[in-house]
Amino acid sequence: MQREDMVLCELLYQLADDNFILAYRGSEWLGLAPHIEEDVAFSSINQDMMGHAVMYYQLLEELGAGDVDALSHCREPESFRNAILLERKNGLGHYLENPNYDWAYTVVRHYLFSVLKQIRLESLYHSSYEPLKQAAEKISLEHYYHSMHWETWFTQLMSSTKEARHRMENAINYCWQEFDGVISLGRYGKEICDHQLIVEEEKLRNEWLKRVCTTFGEMQFSPKTSPGMESGNGRNGEHTEDLTEALEVLSEVYGGDKQAVSW
Amino acid sequence: MVLTPFDQLTADEKYDHFMERIEKGEKIEAEDWMPDEYRKALIRLISMHGISEIMGALPEKEWVPKAPTLHRKLAIMAKVQDEMGHGQLLLRVVEDLIQPLGKTRDHIMEDLFTKRLKFHNVFHMPAPSWGDAAIIAWLVDGAAILSQTMMLNTSYGPYGRALKRICQEESFHAKHGESLTLALASGTEKQKAMLQEALHRWWESLLTFFGPKSKQETGHTNVDIGIKYKLRTKTNEQLRQEFLTKYVPKIQLLGLSIPDEQLRFDEDTQEWRYTEPDWQKFKRIVAGDGPKSDERLALRRNSYENSQWVRDALRHFKEQASEHVG
Ligand SMILES: [Fe+2]
Ligand SMILES: [Fe+2]
Repeated sequence: MQREDMVLCELLYQLADDNFILAYRGSEWLGLAPHIEEDVAFSSINQDMMGHAVMYYQLLEELGAGDVDALSHCREPESFRNAILLERKNGLGHYLENPNYDWAYTVVRHYLFSVLKQIRLESLYHSSYEPLKQAAEKISLEHYYHSMHWETWFTQLMSSTKEARHRMENAINYCWQEFDGVISLGRYGKEICDHQLIVEEEKLRNEWLKRVCTTFGEMQFSPKTSPGMESGNGRNGEHTEDLTEALEVLSEVYGGDKQAVSW
Repeated sequence: MVLTPFDQLTADEKYDHFMERIEKGEKIEAEDWMPDEYRKALIRLISMHGISEIMGALPEKEWVPKAPTLHRKLAIMAKVQDEMGHGQLLLRVVEDLIQPLGKTRDHIMEDLFTKRLKFHNVFHMPAPSWGDAAIIAWLVDGAAILSQTMMLNTSYGPYGRALKRICQEESFHAKHGESLTLALASGTEKQKAMLQEALHRWWESLLTFFGPKSKQETGHTNVDIGIKYKLRTKTNEQLRQEFLTKYVPKIQLLGLSIPDEQLRFDEDTQEWRYTEPDWQKFKRIVAGDGPKSDERLALRRNSYENSQWVRDALRHFKEQASEHVG
């Protein structure tokens, strides 16, 4: 593979894996959301996001990286390029046993991610890689509704009861410590930008901070530090046990019968 | 002749008028006068249906992240979302019916947690393999389609309209289930075994899906009221016979075995013969004493309690907002 293609694949893995793993975390909420209407809406978002992951994996497949199901189900954790924050569990417990999930954490994580995803998409409209540009245009049609959904949740829970505010602030503080890992373009970041696939990390960060802090301001909240990357950089293949476990669940059936050619 | 305004009629006259409408095949709407027995029967039927859709999401949800390919993951996610959507649609219909009784959705959930409100027998059962996901989507949904289609013409308008949408979506579920089943049936030995084992696990539950034949088996049945008020048009046994006619040949065509040696079509009576299932066991399961009843109820209860603060916050937010407007 040419150096140029390798760099392109790095970016595609980041985009695909982010959507794939967060859609998975979202799908664990199925049947457990705070009310039935949200269950239906959230599930629709998860399907869209999984669909976005499929689109990015397809671009990888076209570049000869392997077929989409193998890419999503058979890679080792260290070859995943998603941000660590997005792979973290929804809370305590397992999705099948005593899930003690934290809705505030889910709202904050999805909200913060949806703002960054929007900024990335806007930048991808100008990507030098034509298929990526086209994918971004398709994705943004659906993403528009996701952004609105999470922003609504975010502002409502931030400006309601004391308890909700307290839970939301805790969640923001937690996500804040890791969010630079989501903004990061990883060790090939400079080359990715040199090829004009997406804008520089610095620009992504500034724009994200600007938009997020505007909303924070309306909620009378201001973060005390700049976003961190405490658990490591997923873009460079650093991950937690949470990802290993997630991938085991995701590939349990697919990997359970190596002879199977069709499911 | 002077027409007496409806609200000045005696109770008997109201009832006769109501039954005339039912006989004529008119649709009853939420705001119409209806006898208590009718309202009660509707609440019972539709809340059980609605909550079954919601509890039915739980066994399949287990397989959402594990579905083997991206395509299957998307398909099963969509299906489970539909089931939650059906639950939502039906609970809204129930909410209108219980509102005059001073009750809300919280009461429905409370009734579920205390096992006063029952849900369908099949959703008390375990689904330990991907084969179960296939059998559920193919045959449990297949059975549900038969009973839901039968009620499309129900006398209660809002229920009929909800069922119309549900049936449209269910036809996709059946296709999804057929596709999962076919893939396994034409796959490796391991895949075939997975499917066969699941069918054996589910057979008795499928046979009991439509409920007992008549009063003798379990002591009571709600079918008679249902037919009297034209909520339904077929008996449990008629539906079961339809199910067997539709699916037994298909199952056999796939080379799968059915765990009932008595099962055969009787040419003389033009009916399927089968080993009578254990109706006492069925009764216990529906009462909330099935293999997975407590676990699934606990899952739903815990998630409901864990997110009480969210619903409180939303209520508070709405009240604040309306204060600003007012
Ligand atoms: Fe359904
Ligand atoms: Fe269904």
